[in-house]
Parts: sequence; C-alpha cells; structure tokens
Amino acid sequence: MSVSLAAPVEPIRLLASRTSALCLVELQKLRRDRTEAVTRAVQPALWLIIFGQTFTRLRVVPTGDVPYLDFLAPGILAQSALFVSIFYGIHIIWERDAGVLAKLMVTPTPRAALVTGKAFAAGVRALFQAIVVVALSTLLGVHLRLGPLHLLGVAAVVVLGSAFFCCLSITLAGLVLKRDRMMGIGQAIIMPLFFASNALYPVSVMPGWLQVLNHVNPLSYEVEALRGLLIGTPARLLLDFGVLVGSAAVAITVASMMLGRLTR
Amino acid sequence: MRIEGLRHRFKETVAVDGLDLVVDEAEIFGLLGPNGAGKTTTIRVLTTLLPPQEGAVEVFGLDVRRRRMAVRRLIGYVPQALSADAALSGRENVTLFARLFDVPRAQRRDRTAEVIDAMGLTDAADRPAGTYSGGMIRRLELAQALVSSPRLLVLDEPTIGLDPVARAGVWDRIHETRARTGMTVLVTTHYMEEAAAHCDRVALMHRGRIRALDTPEALVRSLDEEDANLDDVFREYTGGDLEGGGLKDVRVARRAR
Repeated sequence: MSVSLAAPVEPIRLLASRTSALCLVELQKLRRDRTEAVTRAVQPALWLIIFGQTFTRLRVVPTGDVPYLDFLAPGILAQSALFVSIFYGIHIIWERDAGVLAKLMVTPTPRAALVTGKAFAAGVRALFQAIVVVALSTLLGVHLRLGPLHLLGVAAVVVLGSAFFCCLSITLAGLVLKRDRMMGIGQAIIMPLFFASNALYPVSVMPGWLQVLNHVNPLSYEVEALRGLLIGTPARLLLDFGVLVGSAAVAITVASMMLGRLTR
Repeated sequence: MRIEGLRHRFKETVAVDGLDLVVDEAEIFGLLGPNGAGKTTTIRVLTTLLPPQEGAVEVFGLDVRRRRMAVRRLIGYVPQALSADAALSGRENVTLFARLFDVPRAQRRDRTAEVIDAMGLTDAADRPAGTYSGGMIRRLELAQALVSSPRLLVLDEPTIGLDPVARAGVWDRIHETRARTGMTVLVTTHYMEEAAAHCDRVALMHRGRIRALDTPEALVRSLDEEDANLDDVFREYTGGDLEGGGLKDVRVARRAR
C-alpha cells in the first residue's frame, strides 16, 4: 500500500527539492554580481531614451490614443527580459566546458530541475530589468498602472517569458554544442523574435505573413499581457497567460531532454 | 564495480573496444593510459553520463543503464576540469552538493563543515571559490564529492595541472578519507609515478582495451629488468606513445571557472 502511494510521490518530491536547491544557489550567485545587473540596465534605458523619445515625436506608429512612449515601454520591458534569457544557451555550454554541468548531472538530480534552476535565474535577472524599465518609464512621464496586483501580474509574465526564452536557448545549445556557433544563433534569433512581435508597433501595421508569425511568437503574448497590465490597453490576459505557461512548460521539457547531449 | 565487454564508438572512432574490468571494494584503482586511450569514455559510462552502447556495467550490483539514479547516489565524481563555481563561496559549493544528495537538513551544516575541514579549507570556506588556487579548488571539489559519503569516488585526472605540493596535498586527502570510510576509489591518470605511489592496483589501457592489470610492483617485476619503473611498463604495453594525445586534455583541465 505504502509502496504504491510512494511511487508517484517520490519523483515529484525529488524534482521539488532539487529545483529549490538549484534556485537557491542561483540567488546566491546573483548576489555576487550586482555590477552585471547595472550594466545590463543600460540597453533598455537607451532604447527608451533614444529610440522612444525620437519615435514619440515622429508619430509614424499608429497607436491610437496611447502616446508612443507608453506603448513602447512594455515592449522594451519584454525585450530586455528576452535579451537576458536568450544568452543562457551560451552560459550552459560554458558550464559544460568547465565541467560543472557533468558534475551536476552525476548527482541524483532530475534534468528538469537543472533546467528549471536556470529558467528561474533568467526570470530573476529579468525582474531586475523590469524594475529599471518601470522606474525609468515613470521618470519619462509614462502613465503606468502600478497597483500591487498589476505588478504581481507583470512579475509573473516576465518570469514565464524569460523561462521560455532561456529554455529555448538551452535547447538550441543542445543542438549546436559549440559556444561560438551559439553566439551567432543567439543574435540571429533575437532579431526576428523581436521585430516579428508587437513590441515596437501594433500587429495591424505588419504584412499578412508577418502577422501569422506574430501569432506563434510567445514574445507577442508577453508584450500584450504587459501592455494590458501596465497601460490598460485591451489584452486577452487569460489567453496570454495560458500561452506563456504552456510554452514555458514545453520548453523546460524539451530543454531537459537536450541536456544529456551536452555531456556526451 | 564490474565492466564486461564494454564497447563505445563515436562516429568513426572506437573509444572503448571490449573492456573487461573488475574493481574491488575499498581499493584505490588506477586506470592508466595515454590521452585517447578511452579512460574518460569509460568514466562517463560508469558515472551514467553516457549510456553504454554494448556490454554490461554495474556499480555495486546496480546496472548503470537501468538504475541511473540509484548509481548516482553511490558515486562521488570529480571531473578533469577544475569545476567549482567561482561565484559561490567554498561552503556554498559544498552545501549545494549536500542538498543534491539529500544529506538530512539537521546534519547538513555539520557534515559540510566536516568535509571542508578534512580538506583543509576551513579558513577559506567563506571566500568565493574564484579566489582559490588550483590545488584549493581541487580539494574543494573533493569536499563536494565527499559530502554525501559516497561508496565509490571517481576521479578523472585529479592532479593534472597542479604543482607538486598541491598534488601531494590532494593524494594525502584521498588516502585519509579512504582509510576513514573504506570507500572505493577509481582514478585515471597519466602520471606513472603517482599511480605507482598511490594505487593498490592499476590497469594499463591502450586503444580502448586493458593491456595489463596488477599491482604496480608486480607489473614492474614482470618486466624482468633492473631499475625498471611503471613508465617502462607503460612503454612496453603502449608502444611508447605516452604523449600520444594532444593539448586538449590539458587545456580543458586548466579552464577553471
């Protein structure tokens, strides 16, 4: 009796305990590189100040009643989270080369816990970015809705989106296996992910085929949810969350399966 | 630990070509061979990183293919590269492994302090591992591998890239721990004088197979030459290509975090 009950519980307990151990260690590591958090904040700041200020004056992007800078701020938030997480593939190859990954994989730890630890780290890093973007946008006069529930929603969206892109990157790393190749791929996928999304302009201005791509791009759902939560534009929050949760779960599963390739 | 008929190939290269090997409990067993002999592939199979393509591999009676998690619980592993996490303190590095091996919460702190002390790292325990010397990192990795009280300690080139004092330090700790716990130690190396001084038995591996297996003394005696040493035995069985590999192993070993 106890055996049949324990059997399905054990893997779940193992996954939960290992995931929390690895998340804790990621937090310990982050505590030590605060300078990195600052340098990473420069890029979203520049996008808001240089690109945002200029395009607000141009008035070429049809954003309706919403000022362009308001429209842009959630897009830049999502972009900075994407930039943080898409480089985790290089990070994991680096850990492989240093022997760290093999050492962890020889411990009784499910692969999914190792991947979830990284996804969590990407999420926490992205949250730092989110704080910078929200603070800067407010300084620049963007009217953000900053109620506790909105902010909680924003945090959840940022963490889910980062988890997806982090695991996408780890999956690609498992396919290409080489750091220099991974650099190129990181650059090559950021561009279409970002520009074939609603981060900089509304979907309605895109050509038809690009609109199709936009529908399968999780970044667009992330931006839509962030925009809905922060500036109150219409958003299908239930669908957005559904897509983000689903894609993060699939990405974690696929990335876990790719991990073994890295230590062979 | 028992290996029977292990074969493993990577595309065109045969890394391990019909390996049979039995390591007894509580011995320090040296797996020797030039770079590319198949030592690291064997270790990877044994540590469950690489599923065996052909042959049977058992660790304390557990099949490495089917009982992966159970095998991992019994193994402490130190890879060739110096691989402690530079962004964590020594203590944090060890505590992580205590958690990953389910050392009970009540014992975690004491157990961690104990292995750190046994490796002579107490004074440096709360400094980031990035500030450690090569020898200290290696001892920290031993602490990580030992915190779970493994029954089998697997060391892949544990002293590569270390200075003579640091090497002696690493070996001293290995002997102390083995004497205290009775664990089995499997070590790969291509430093013959270390193997002769520290291993109970050694196997000479060349081109994916065991060419000779015995105590270092018996192997030297079998040459029937005056002033022979293990280097001569090695040359005898491998045709002298001790330096057969490339710089790759050394480079990997030196890429510390």
